[in-house]
Amino acid sequence: MEAVIITALLIMMSAVTIAIVRQRNLFAVVVLFGIYSFLMATVLVALDAVDVAMTEAAVGAGISTILFLSALHLGQSMEMKPLHKPFLPLVVALATGAALAYGTLGLPAFSDPQAPIHQHVAKRYIEDGARETGVPNIVTAVLASYRGYDTLGEVMVVFTAGIGVIVLLRRLRGGKRGDKP
Amino acid sequence: MKDYLVLRVIAKLMIAFMLLFALYVQFHGDFGPGGGFQAGVIAAAAIVFYAIIFGLPAARAVVPDRLVESMVAAGVLLYAGVGFAGLALGGNYLDYFVLGADPVDGQHRGIFWIELGVLITVAGVMLKIFYMFAGRDGGDRK
Repeated sequence: MEAVIITALLIMMSAVTIAIVRQRNLFAVVVLFGIYSFLMATVLVALDAVDVAMTEAAVGAGISTILFLSALHLGQSMEMKPLHKPFLPLVVALATGAALAYGTLGLPAFSDPQAPIHQHVAKRYIEDGARETGVPNIVTAVLASYRGYDTLGEVMVVFTAGIGVIVLLRRLRGGKRGDKP
Repeated sequence: MKDYLVLRVIAKLMIAFMLLFALYVQFHGDFGPGGGFQAGVIAAAAIVFYAIIFGLPAARAVVPDRLVESMVAAGVLLYAGVGFAGLALGGNYLDYFVLGADPVDGQHRGIFWIELGVLITVAGVMLKIFYMFAGRDGGDRK
């Protein structure tokens, strides 16, 4: 049953992707991006990754849509006709996709409990996480406690992104004072 | 969209619940799904919603730029500060076991403060990026 639901959602996602590629009106593309993110969030809920689903819904469908819309407000709302024929990019994309699909053949079966990744530190997190940290949600225990350094790095990345945007857009605003537009 | 009465009333009703939900996601992250990152995005989304309905100047009056920019750095400093608190109390960097009377209590304290740091930075960055984009007028580029 779960496999049927996930397959149906993935088919809908590929339909949305094709619509995004074919659509020339960028406002419609932004809305389709939001739909794509909500479908992805639903897939993640079906895979029992609720924390990631929540992030996908909040960031992918929420904040990203707002940022795309405010960027769209600054530019034109229709995509330009492409100048080149899309054959070379298409070949590159197909070759990469084929290589990735071939690579998945070497992976352990989907949700196989004997897969190496589940035999390494994950076992310790699941068996001792609640006792050692007193936090029932394993995701929080791993993110905040066992992998505290990684999460600190992640916060640094978010911080750097924010600083980067501030620096870039501030300079543009400062340019107004000069003669050049 | 200031002139739409229905939007204004519904927005005012919803923003309180959005902020409350952000706090729930933040402080219930130990037990249910969620945590600092999601809570920060939801809190920022509530302010962005306010800005869309009532205009950017109104949002800037509620959450001024100075506060948002301080939040961007304050969260990282809080997170890193928890690490140094661990060092000061005789543990390793980001060692929560020494923060409380018993190890589990220390873990709770450590996780609480670093999640708060994540919330502050993420909400600050999201709001700042929105302010920067929305603050640029489309007219002056033509």
